[in-house]
Amino acid sequence: MSKLSQRHLLGIKNITAQDIELIFETADTFKEVINRPIKKVPSLRDVTIANIFFENSTRTRLSFELAEKRLSADVVNFSASTSSVKKGETLLDTVNNILAMKVDMVVMRHASVGAPHFLARHIKANIVNAGDGTHEHPTQALLDTYSIREKLGGVAGKKVAIIGDILHSRVALSNIFALQKLGAKVMVCGPPTLLPKFISSLGVQVELDVKKALEWCDVANVLRIQLERQQIKYFPSLREYSLYYGITKRTLDNLKKQIVIMHPGPINRGVELSSDAADSPHSIILDQVENGVAVRMAVLYLLAGAA
Amino acid sequence: MQKKLILDSDLLDITLSRLCEELIENHNTFANSVILGLQPRGIFLAELIQNKLRDLAKKEIPLGYLDATFHRDDFRRRDTPAKASETKVPFVIEGKQVILIDDVLFTGRTVRAALDAMIAFGRPEKVELLVLVDRTHTRDLPIAADYVGKHVDTLESQRVLVELVAQGHKQNRIWLVNTKD
Repeated sequence: MSKLSQRHLLGIKNITAQDIELIFETADTFKEVINRPIKKVPSLRDVTIANIFFENSTRTRLSFELAEKRLSADVVNFSASTSSVKKGETLLDTVNNILAMKVDMVVMRHASVGAPHFLARHIKANIVNAGDGTHEHPTQALLDTYSIREKLGGVAGKKVAIIGDILHSRVALSNIFALQKLGAKVMVCGPPTLLPKFISSLGVQVELDVKKALEWCDVANVLRIQLERQQIKYFPSLREYSLYYGITKRTLDNLKKQIVIMHPGPINRGVELSSDAADSPHSIILDQVENGVAVRMAVLYLLAGAA
Repeated sequence: MQKKLILDSDLLDITLSRLCEELIENHNTFANSVILGLQPRGIFLAELIQNKLRDLAKKEIPLGYLDATFHRDDFRRRDTPAKASETKVPFVIEGKQVILIDDVLFTGRTVRAALDAMIAFGRPEKVELLVLVDRTHTRDLPIAADYVGKHVDTLESQRVLVELVAQGHKQNRIWLVNTKD
């Protein structure tokens, strides 16, 4: 079957391993397309896509917009800070008004958990979740696992440590689901205050010592400390966090094997990752960004093409 | 399901030799020529042609694979999105004489999509189309092949089945299949 089991991409939790494999195989062909002299194919030329961002984003929005344009879709952009949301319009009204202008797909980021799921119950257009609060960020998890597959030749059986602010991270949750569906072993690592209480019920290992996590893993996915989501103090200072949990070139060089370093961006250089580690040959951070466009093209192509 | 043999192994070999002689006649030294096989099934025929030209003309003609899936005109008009295959064009198309190769020419829509897909790699000097089986009277578009292995009169309901050793079959055989009965 070359069809997704879902009409929307709301989260990794409700898609299957076959769906993920199909997205990867489709992304392989799109990766070839975006490396051509003419990086554009006409597949989505009769499709209009609205990028609705209620939260700030540079990388994800640019990546989605490039993916849409490479597929020849018509693109409209909307960001909450410059819109009628400020005048008190509800989410459903805003989206229905956009859809009344004949939009076929919606890519949405929202600060509230479940906002795209709510929309999916009320509107006909295909919805792609580009991040809902601290819940899921499915395309990021897809591009992360795709990058692991590309770098290490597969995801099954690989050991992946997700390090940092797990509590506030939608990237962590989506990655855990994606990695488990593809058969990888997952560990989370961070200060106890930044680990969700019931995280071990997801079937992941929990480690508080970053050195042990790095010794164990094949891939370390390092997350940013999301100060904007932290209303209270979870650790004494950034300097102290960096001393205990920051990863440097020296920590990587002292390991017995070579591991792969990933980061979903934006990096706070010198906090979770030092500059020499982020720019070292271990790092595949920029490959992740390139793969992001190919993976998002695959998602949009597969969702738009299904009747 | 009724099957009728159109080409068997020996006849296919003769047909391929004739097609290659025709190519040699038109392309002379092949100095500026390249072969593009259309995914998914034209690539096997393209490889056969490339091998045969190596024997007959003592020339190694560059071979590429072209996938036209993303350029098709039936996207969103079918139940499932068509699955793409690998595109591999390991040479510059700009200014080349391109020999497009597919196994069966039916409606012409795949060839139209392929022409679009090819242009993304550059502006060829000339494009020719070579097909093994040309189904007559079934074209949706004004497209014709320059080199034809065999013309076959077919009904819309019939299907041409190409079985090649390179695709994992026991021998090279081309069938005409009745799908209705």
